[in-house]
Amino acid sequence: MSDTHAQTVAYVRDTMLPEQAPPTTAAGPVRWMRDNLFSSVLNTVLTLLSVYFLWVVLSLVLPWVWYGSWTASSLKECREVVADLGLAHGAACWSVIAERYLQLIYGFYPAELYWRANVTFVLMLVALAPVLYPNLPRKMLWFSVLYPFLAFWLLWGGTLWTPIVAVAGFVLAYVAFEVLYRVAGSLVGVIAAILVPVIWWLLLAAPVANGLASVIPLAIEPVESAKFGGFMLSIIIGVTGIALSLPIGILLALGRQSDLMIVKAICVGFIEFIRGVPLITLLFVASTLLNYFLPPGTTFDIILRVIIMVTLFASAYMAEVVRGGLAALPTGQYEAADALGLDYWKATRLITMPQALKISIPGIVSTFIGLFKDTTLVSIIGLLDPIGLTANIRADANWNGIVWELYGFIALMFFIFCFGMSRYSMYLERKLKTGH
Amino acid sequence: MSQIATDREIDRSKMAVSDEIAIQINKMNKWYGAFHVLRDIDMTVQRGERIVIAGPSGSGKSTLIRCINRLEEHQKGDIIVDGIELTSDLKNIDKIRREVGMCFQHFNLFPHLTILENCTLAPMWVRKTPKKEAEEIAMHFLEKVKIPEQADKYPGQLSGGQQQRVAIARSLCMKPRIMLFDEPTSALDPEMIKEVLDTMVELAEEGMTMLCVTHEMGFAKQVANRVIFMDAGQIVEQNEPEEFFNNPKSERTKLFLSQILGH
Repeated sequence: MSDTHAQTVAYVRDTMLPEQAPPTTAAGPVRWMRDNLFSSVLNTVLTLLSVYFLWVVLSLVLPWVWYGSWTASSLKECREVVADLGLAHGAACWSVIAERYLQLIYGFYPAELYWRANVTFVLMLVALAPVLYPNLPRKMLWFSVLYPFLAFWLLWGGTLWTPIVAVAGFVLAYVAFEVLYRVAGSLVGVIAAILVPVIWWLLLAAPVANGLASVIPLAIEPVESAKFGGFMLSIIIGVTGIALSLPIGILLALGRQSDLMIVKAICVGFIEFIRGVPLITLLFVASTLLNYFLPPGTTFDIILRVIIMVTLFASAYMAEVVRGGLAALPTGQYEAADALGLDYWKATRLITMPQALKISIPGIVSTFIGLFKDTTLVSIIGLLDPIGLTANIRADANWNGIVWELYGFIALMFFIFCFGMSRYSMYLERKLKTGH
Repeated sequence: MSQIATDREIDRSKMAVSDEIAIQINKMNKWYGAFHVLRDIDMTVQRGERIVIAGPSGSGKSTLIRCINRLEEHQKGDIIVDGIELTSDLKNIDKIRREVGMCFQHFNLFPHLTILENCTLAPMWVRKTPKKEAEEIAMHFLEKVKIPEQADKYPGQLSGGQQQRVAIARSLCMKPRIMLFDEPTSALDPEMIKEVLDTMVELAEEGMTMLCVTHEMGFAKQVANRVIFMDAGQIVEQNEPEEFFNNPKSERTKLFLSQILGH
């Protein structure tokens, strides 16, 4: 293009250059390999070394996994079957998984009631869907709200009136707030919204539920907590802990940033105490010590106790993660919200919290993953999660001495859940990206 | 200091000032810890007045206008905005903030919301305007600041000048009676300053009560009916723009003007 006047020093461009497509040599697999694998002598050597390393590892592991026996009935028999294959490094005994997978999934839940656990799991996916994917109809969230009560009934059985009466407590709280808020202001409304359901649950709920059950039972066969185990137990504790720790963590983070001295002191004290104590001590408190503090004769379900402890533990970490997000927001965001006349709760809900949560997604998901994996610690206080069950399985004379296959399978299952969470968080980060 | 004056023809006859008092500040003092930022500020703003506040950095001019909508708390004296006294009473603060719009140096748009959502948020949640109506209002003001086509974009996709115009539109959507501008053009490229100033001039012509902290002396000459010069937390001099620029009384003002106009 002869758009410059080469003969003079002064320069005036009289045509602007049009945009052009990049040259074709900039793409393609050959180009990619040259850029990423063989860009220099050192990189070429490293690439070849890595390939060799992968080859060595996979050539040992893959045959071990692939030729494993699925049918043997004991470790001894399995070892013989595998030895006949003549592989240099033997092969896996997957037969232990084939024999015990139901136990690893359901624990000692009665086999004829497995369907209830399955239905609960499928409904959990339905309840999670609108939370995870905002494109789905918002009305589905109503199901998500009611799901915990339904799940409780399906898993533990008993009369349907128990969860209904529990839900009624929340309805009463709402009614009490709405009525008194109009008559006596927001403070009285909030206090009533807390007191009314607590009185209801502690004093009236049980007799009402029993009374209704004696008229119309609506009951299914109850299952006691001691029979819960396996991945079902991990998922119950993990999902409940995850669902509860985020809101509690958000409130704690807000409390820690609050101007109200007492609220702030309580939140800081709680967070620092919980973070300063190992989870395992909290679980021991839940399993043994807590009984000393309760009135004699009260039975307080062990799974419930463990869920409370795991939730409290995770929410302390969550609070710090969310606080990090809040601190990362420019003060201008708070000021702009104030200047527009939004009050504290509206500004938090609409402006600061959505942004803080978006910033903290990686930290939040890390905490979720940590919580889910920490559920294996309940094996120490005698709950039969997958790790707890391994002791059981390995105590069986048939499977005495099996290690890799059992723990490998459990690790794989945990990996699938945790990897799923991690991928979802990356999807969410991409979706919420609004800058360039 | 950039001095890009807007080239619009101004019809000053439209910019009438009423006798009604919009803001009254009496003997107001503020401290940051032990540091005395604002000292005995006395100021009356009539409805329809356009005031430019100038002064060196650290003179307390931003702090002064931030006290008017309580982004900063004053410790002594009174501030009465629109007949409501600013105290720690949250209800009064909310009432005042509803009537007082503010634009910031760094725009402070909400990056997680689209331009339209930025503009409809406060009308919907503070004034309880129905969504459809709020969107109509928002589009009206986005057209006024000449960027209706950006309504569905996010703030991060707009230039600085466009963002500041959105910020002005966002404030206007609340139909404020007073507008505060805190150095609205200081973070902008020279080419974008003009588009923001044009918007502000237009607003002035419609009789909006405006308090503007700025270094744009061209803007001050063109639309202000009073320039306030501050230094060390005090009002040093105030006058009509003509007098202020041509005939400064105080030595401090002369020095300031010679520095910002002298090159």
